[in-house]
Amino acid sequence: MTKYTSFRMKTLSFLLDRRAILIIVSLIGAVILTALISIGIGEIFIKPDAVVKALFGYGTDMNELVVKQFRFPRIAMAILAGGALAVSGAILQGMIRNPLASPDILGITWGGALATIGFLTVFSDKANALTVSIQWQPLASFIGAVLAGFLVFILSWKNGISPIRLVLIGIGLTAVLQALTTLLMIIGPIYRASDANIWITGSVHGTNGQDVLTLLPWVVVLLILLMVYSRRVNLQELGDDVAKGAGAMLLRDRITLLFISTGLAGGAVAFAGGVGFVGLMAPHIARKLVGSSFGVLVPVSALVGSMLVMIADLIGRTLFSPLEVPAGVFTAAIGAPYFIYLLYRSRNK
Amino acid sequence: MYALQTEDLTLGYGEHTVIDELNLLIPKGDMSVLIGGNGCGKSTLLRSLARLQKPHSGGIVLDGEAISNKPTKEIARKMAILPQSPVAPEGLTVLQLVKQGRYPYQTWLSQWSEADEKAVQYALQATHMEEFAERNVDSLSGGQRQRAWIALTLAQDTDIILLDEPTTYLDLAHQVEILDLLFELNKEGNRTILMVLHDLNLACRYADHIIAVKDKGIYDQGKPEDIVNEELVYQVFGLQSDIIKDPIFGTPLCVPHGKGRMVHAREPADV
Repeated sequence: MTKYTSFRMKTLSFLLDRRAILIIVSLIGAVILTALISIGIGEIFIKPDAVVKALFGYGTDMNELVVKQFRFPRIAMAILAGGALAVSGAILQGMIRNPLASPDILGITWGGALATIGFLTVFSDKANALTVSIQWQPLASFIGAVLAGFLVFILSWKNGISPIRLVLIGIGLTAVLQALTTLLMIIGPIYRASDANIWITGSVHGTNGQDVLTLLPWVVVLLILLMVYSRRVNLQELGDDVAKGAGAMLLRDRITLLFISTGLAGGAVAFAGGVGFVGLMAPHIARKLVGSSFGVLVPVSALVGSMLVMIADLIGRTLFSPLEVPAGVFTAAIGAPYFIYLLYRSRNK
Repeated sequence: MYALQTEDLTLGYGEHTVIDELNLLIPKGDMSVLIGGNGCGKSTLLRSLARLQKPHSGGIVLDGEAISNKPTKEIARKMAILPQSPVAPEGLTVLQLVKQGRYPYQTWLSQWSEADEKAVQYALQATHMEEFAERNVDSLSGGQRQRAWIALTLAQDTDIILLDEPTTYLDLAHQVEILDLLFELNKEGNRTILMVLHDLNLACRYADHIIAVKDKGIYDQGKPEDIVNEELVYQVFGLQSDIIKDPIFGTPLCVPHGKGRMVHAREPADV
């Protein structure tokens, strides 16, 4: 047990994997560093130390405006959404015992998409102006995403939830939701369609501080709840029979985990749209780094997911400047080949 | 004393009944083996004893109490099950696997108490897996992997261990290795062991008590040397055979009839 440190304090006791802790600390450092650099890069370049000063209120007025009003909320949203999507994927992959599972294929993302397009279509008047505030859009997206997750869950119920049925129904529902989304885009006002398209691709463009403050507590609460549950995910990964034999209440645990997974993905999708493949890739990379023990897999996945979306966003807003390319384009650009690679590898098993 | 018993237990899948109103007693402290032909319901019976499958009717009694009334974690502290050919997730180490046997003792604040550590160390020791503790389960040989899974059930620290064909897919040497290990756990650790085995000869050698399953019920049960004979093999497996004495252990040894190369003329079996 050389790799591990036992931590005991009265009723508290944990076994800590030292290497994993080192990786988590390094990743936190990398995320902060990338965030500082990313905040600095843009039409006005701000040096990292000036970014720190501006964040803590000691910068020039101009820097503070750019950093606090425009760039920081956007980067914070990339971190939150990337982390939430990654963890949502990690839960599904563990529970379904299939490394190809992700919130994208369970229809959660597309539930959000349909609700968003529906919202934009229903609340547009003849002059193509929105009849309600756009601030309600995240709520609509969130409800759509959670409803889709819930629907998959209800439809795959048959004396409990079998993971494989969950995946198949998820894929089926995704197809239906995609079709409905396309239909709405075609019959809806044309310029809404381009808004909708950006949303579906996923972008953290135009995030404000309020968005971040709305999403932050939600993600934090769900992550804490998940850490409490991580032991149960580990056990479920050994298969239904082993888990039941060791005293797990599979059904209750599955419902809770699905709720957390859907909640996280729904929250991310509500504000950042359908940033694809993060929920698939991040847990994979994390597993390569720290193995499949869920207690460390969750924070590492979250950090990797944050990095991915942050970097995708950075590339998207700088590479073709002044043109902005949604972050989702780049996560998909890396994600799709990665997915094919995974399929190819699993074929050879 | 009995470790487990069934009361009018009826099992099946949908309309199809596999076990019909069975009353079975599993002796405490013994190594018991369920034998029977393919699809006779012995695995289903074992799974239902471990509460992995709900009975159609009837019940299972553990320590004088129906298991359907007990919290599942409490049962997990008394009885462990190793299902057939379990699969570990990629990248899981032996220690991470075995550790999870402690689930029924843990809470979310206490995930690695001293008792947990001791039980896991004992489990690794007893299965001779200490040196592999930090290896990935998927990098082990078949026999080592099965020992890791047995260590998981041992970490659960239960008086009863159920195993569904623990030697499947293992070569003969590893089959003997696993059964020797279970034999030690039974004789020295004083645990009740109930398992399903396919190899009748190995079953006869290791079991204190054999239970032959046939026609939705029990054909016969008892000590192998008392009950295993040509008639039983014919009735249970539908196979003609000679039963001779194992030249080393003296336990019944089944030599099946059928076709094959004949090197010398057949002599009457000497029993």
